Amino acid sequence: MTLAISDITKRFGNLVANDDISLDLGAGTLHAVLGENGAGKSTLMKILSGVFSPDAGSITVDGAAIKPGSPRAALAAGIGMLYQEPLVCLPFTAAENFRLGSRRSVRTARDDLVDTSRRFGFRLGPSVLARNLSIGERQQLEIVRLLAAGVRVLILDEPTSGITADQRQTLFAALRRLAAEGLTVLFVSHKLAEVNELCRSVTVLRRGRVVGSSALPRPESELVRMMFEEGASLPARSPVVARGGVVAELDSVDAGDGRTGIRGAHLRIRRGEVVGLAGLEGSGQSALLRALAGVAPIRRGRFRIAGRDMIGRRQRSFAESGVALLPGGRLEEGLLPGLTIAEHLALAAAPPWIINWRDAQARAVEAIAAFRIKGRADSTADELSGGNQQRLLLSLLPARLQLLLMEHPTRGLDLDSASYIWARLLDRRRDGTAIVFSSADLDELLTYADRVIVCFEGRLIAERTASETSVDEIGTLIGGSVAVGAL
Amino acid sequence: MNRQRVTSLLAPVAVALVATVGLLALADAPPLQALGLIGEGAFAGRGRVADTLMAWAPVAIAGGGLIVTFAAGLWNIGVEGQMVTGAIAASAVARSLPGDRPLVITLTVLAGVVGGASWGLIAGLLKVKGRVNEIFAGIGLGFVAQAFATYLIIGPWQRAGVASTSGTEPFRQETWLPTVGGTRLAPIALTVAVLVLLGIRLVMRNTRFGLRLRAVGSNPASAALLGVPAGATTLRAFLVGGGLAGLAGALLVTGIQHKLVPAIGGGRGFLAVLVVLLAGSRVWVVGLIALFFAAISVGSSQLQLRLNLDSSLGSVIQGLLVLTAVLYGGWRARRERSAPAIAPAG
Amino acid sequence: MEATLASIVAAAAPLIYAAVGEAITERAGIINLSLDGSILLSAMSGFAIAYTTGSVGLGFVAAALVSALVALVVAWSGISLRLNQVAVGFVLTLLGAALSSYLGEGFAHRPGPAVTPRPIPGLSEIPGIGKALFGQNLSVYGSLALVIAAAWILARHRFGLELRAVGERPEAAHARGINVNRYRYGAAALGGALVGVAGAAFSLDQKLGWSDGHTAGFGWIALAIVIFGGWQPIRVALGCYLFGALQVVALRLQDRVPGLAQILPSLPFPLMIFALVLVNAPALRRLMGRSSRAVRWILPEAPAALGRNFAPE
Repeated sequence: MTLAISDITKRFGNLVANDDISLDLGAGTLHAVLGENGAGKSTLMKILSGVFSPDAGSITVDGAAIKPGSPRAALAAGIGMLYQEPLVCLPFTAAENFRLGSRRSVRTARDDLVDTSRRFGFRLGPSVLARNLSIGERQQLEIVRLLAAGVRVLILDEPTSGITADQRQTLFAALRRLAAEGLTVLFVSHKLAEVNELCRSVTVLRRGRVVGSSALPRPESELVRMMFEEGASLPARSPVVARGGVVAELDSVDAGDGRTGIRGAHLRIRRGEVVGLAGLEGSGQSALLRALAGVAPIRRGRFRIAGRDMIGRRQRSFAESGVALLPGGRLEEGLLPGLTIAEHLALAAAPPWIINWRDAQARAVEAIAAFRIKGRADSTADELSGGNQQRLLLSLLPARLQLLLMEHPTRGLDLDSASYIWARLLDRRRDGTAIVFSSADLDELLTYADRVIVCFEGRLIAERTASETSVDEIGTLIGGSVAVGAL
Repeated sequence: MNRQRVTSLLAPVAVALVATVGLLALADAPPLQALGLIGEGAFAGRGRVADTLMAWAPVAIAGGGLIVTFAAGLWNIGVEGQMVTGAIAASAVARSLPGDRPLVITLTVLAGVVGGASWGLIAGLLKVKGRVNEIFAGIGLGFVAQAFATYLIIGPWQRAGVASTSGTEPFRQETWLPTVGGTRLAPIALTVAVLVLLGIRLVMRNTRFGLRLRAVGSNPASAALLGVPAGATTLRAFLVGGGLAGLAGALLVTGIQHKLVPAIGGGRGFLAVLVVLLAGSRVWVVGLIALFFAAISVGSSQLQLRLNLDSSLGSVIQGLLVLTAVLYGGWRARRERSAPAIAPAG
Repeated sequence: MEATLASIVAAAAPLIYAAVGEAITERAGIINLSLDGSILLSAMSGFAIAYTTGSVGLGFVAAALVSALVALVVAWSGISLRLNQVAVGFVLTLLGAALSSYLGEGFAHRPGPAVTPRPIPGLSEIPGIGKALFGQNLSVYGSLALVIAAAWILARHRFGLELRAVGERPEAAHARGINVNRYRYGAAALGGALVGVAGAAFSLDQKLGWSDGHTAGFGWIALAIVIFGGWQPIRVALGCYLFGALQVVALRLQDRVPGLAQILPSLPFPLMIFALVLVNAPALRRLMGRSSRAVRWILPEAPAALGRNFAPE
């Protein structure tokens, strides 16, 4: 079976997400598509799987063209996709999810699920609710479903970002075996080490275009050079600033709900330090950040900021103590769609009863210049691009802060925005602000944090000084391979 | 006004007009005469103008309250029930309080505000503390309020000798809003309505509360991070919305009915929702459309008298207008959308 | 006792059509808020057609068509125009009520045809339940069959599974090649038609004839029962029977307790609000995360994508 992608172009407004992309793959290939965030990988894969229809170009399987923009046609032609966030219905059982989209009866669905998962060493109980499966298990469920549907081309979009090291090994073993059986596996990632480990060939995308292809393995530095603009290199490690006194103390803190909550957290954060939180999505980082910010209530334990007991206090007293949170969903949790930049600034400035709009307007113009926001005072937040939304969020922060908390501060941003934002953040550190941030990007954690704390299943299981650890070590730790209570 | 806005107003009006003419033809009624009768019924003569303005005041006041709740992203469909509890509270005071007119009327109207606000507060608490959708809470509380009013009318407050659902005994004259010129026009009601609308405009434009309402309406989580007390703002929106609905209910009691009747809201709260759906958040448009709708409601009673048509045609016209306006707005937005698509993340 | 049981089953029949129909629509992710107006309109149309043609069957068909059309307007406004389904549904509630009143004036307070009783020989003589289950008419039998069929299809049949997926996570359904919006139109039309049948079941069977505001309030009650019943046909039906029982009891006590008939219709609403508080309580939600099928049945979840419009791209 051969898959040919010819001259695919896809635009969203002014943005050319895919620009004349072509790719040919034979049967039994383990092929990687590599590129940084926003390079157009996800768009291309969604076109392949029929979720998007391309503006131009065609996809053929064994010489037969596939109707574009139809997941049904793509599936019928044998193309199946595993999404980064597995597309399962959470209140459904594993068997129901497996059955969904096929013509199986209840009974055969159950039997086929058990049989197929056994073949790959997956342990999936048919009656378990998808809600109670881990991300890794949901992936396994989806893979099994796609294989049972007769898929011959398997696309995996960033499949390793939410799973443990063990689950990754199980996944890779299964993929190697599928390739050996003649399946075409398309592995989409921005992680060089994994791509090198698993795949035999690679296509590199940058700004929507194919900028190179190669056999694998290949030295990572060369792949980096292909992924980024000529001359770009991994960002430099941040200089360590002398630490001051303790800003925040947490003792035996429980916070957040069930699976994604945090339990028994002990933590000391000092003035001017940068603490990175590593962990699989939902291992407790978000709950910890939200508890520190006063957004999620702390159910048990002690929490002090600058010596002041914060348990049971309202969010307002956290703000008064100089604590701020930049949430991961910028438009979903941080900004106000439909409200203008000037209105955001007016709100953030804690206005008196009557608002002086002339002042607010002036402040907006200042902020736009100071933070290089591409927009006007009367632009609404939803009109801004992701990078400019993050800049707007930064401009809304109070001038003096004790503790700045961030989820995925640069997720989805281009390199330029990311390094600008980190430069502004590190400025604040010189004033003594302590920064705690979570990131799925281990390089970012090791580059900007002074120390990295690893979250696993709601516990803080390990701490490493950033300069003395490696991406590999942290990557293993986030899978939980440390005795609980080691910290 | 630019051309786009003119078409966006005229197109629904045209569609609704055509549909209305069709409906009139269905009933073998002369369309032009019928429409003329509605206008006549609403505006011909001082008495009718007075009736139209008195119908306008409660709808405009409740509409003002709905601007506040809509800004906070709340579907306060409970407005009808809040009107009823306002009317009940006002009736309780009007029935029992002795004293002169200014004092009694003031306290009656204030009681209405408190009655409506309390019902709004319950919906707000259910929303904030219980995470109950305000639409269902509002409808549910509305039915409870109606049932309570009915219970009072046939139970503790029944007319001497008869347990009838036609209403309580009329309240004593000192509780009636003074009227002028031999019509039913009560200047106090009009003044209150105008003041409410002006006040809402000021609040929404220039105050921190107005900005916070819109912040919560846009995104409660973000608003909280920006220092807006989201829960408290939501509760305040319900208090204001409910209080104004209650005020409208009190005016119905003291200015129009002079007694408590079972369905005292008479759909005016729902009518105010339609008005705000059509007008959006612009206060003066809400005032104008409320007047237009009040005129239709009052004018269509003429149809019954003169053409033997059901007066519900007025409600049909109002519903058609809002439906076509909403659908037309969506259709226009789709045409604009189909030009540039929105870029996804990643 | 037997007679009481039979009258409860009969009294609940129209509500069952409406509530199960709405549950089907909502399971697909469309919220059709227009029920109260839609039932009025279909009750009026059903009676008017049956009155004019003399055919009860045609009355039911007309009623189903009218309410299906109303539901399709809601679906279209959400799916194609991406409007707020609640807003459009609410406007249609008021418009439907007004139209029923305007168009129905000529048919008000007239004696008209009714569904004829069809007790099933033999079966209806079974002591205890015979009269309730087999001594009724086609409209009531249909309501019983509907509950069983809807429950089975939603839980077991491929269509039911796909329908639920469409309302739960449309992206997942779409990626599996399921046409999300076709399902949603279908569920809206089917649910709407059932709402229409409910209207006809009122005006041609349970609350014979037509008058202004004939069925006012029942649409909201049906919407409340859908929530109370957790979007599951059997539970929804139980809610309807509970309400039917209340109605029958109230009718019996009417002479002794004045005003009961007026106050009764508001009873489901405190229950609904209580159910909503319960369903949304964080503590119970947490419990549910790890719970068995049985606990899920008691503490249901709203379809996750309810009221959320889905565009394939």
